[in-house]
Amino acid sequence: MNYDNEMQIKFKSVSENEALARTCAAAFILPLNPTVSDLNDVKTAVCEAVTNAVIHGYENMTGFIEMRIKTADRTVYIEIEDKGAGIDDIKKAMTALYTSKPEEERSGMGFTVMETFMDSIEVISEKGKGTTVKMSKKIS
Amino acid sequence: MNINCKQLKNILCVDISGEIDHHYTEEIREYIDSKLRQTNCIHILFNFSDVSFMDSSGIGMLIGRYKNASMNGGKVVVFSVNEALKRIFEISGLYKIITVKDNINESLKYLES
Repeated sequence: MNYDNEMQIKFKSVSENEALARTCAAAFILPLNPTVSDLNDVKTAVCEAVTNAVIHGYENMTGFIEMRIKTADRTVYIEIEDKGAGIDDIKKAMTALYTSKPEEERSGMGFTVMETFMDSIEVISEKGKGTTVKMSKKIS
Repeated sequence: MNINCKQLKNILCVDISGEIDHHYTEEIREYIDSKLRQTNCIHILFNFSDVSFMDSSGIGMLIGRYKNASMNGGKVVVFSVNEALKRIFEISGLYKIITVKDNINESLKYLES
């Protein structure tokens, strides 16, 4: 596929970088003149995926998270990849309200938010190797 | 993110400005829980007029405050929620447990009734 534009950034898995990632994603799609609502949807979905990588992917260690974004024909394709713990049971992890950390006041809504705010989502994960979340959304 | 609060009778009025994500929820949680311990407030009233962004970490934080407040017979009310935030309130089912009002007067009327 021929993309109109592409970018990638790699950053440390610290919570400060959740804001960095969503702000970068928003700035990257700004030339498409997205509506405030589309812009917010993308920012929120990116933030959820990066937060998952920080909290669950790398849990008690620090690693790097890579975010790749491409645009083609007013559709934005986003990949967020960590080399962390991986997910045991993807289906369970994606269930609304499920959280592996109930003691930490996590809402268990991260994947549900990504599913609702984006057009498509795919999760690729291998135990001990890491997780990649692929999402896309048509910008109206 | 900035957070301030004042007490109005038994209501802790919390003003948050900026973005609420996982990075800030711990700070917000500790701030509110310590203020609740220091005062005789039972209700929590959030002013969201200057909150520009919130993700599911914010939902977890609000549900946590709701659990604490309701154990003491208190309520949690949020006012001035922008359109983008309303969507995340809706999909998370937050409306079922947390009352959302348009402004501070309506909120106070509700809490004091």
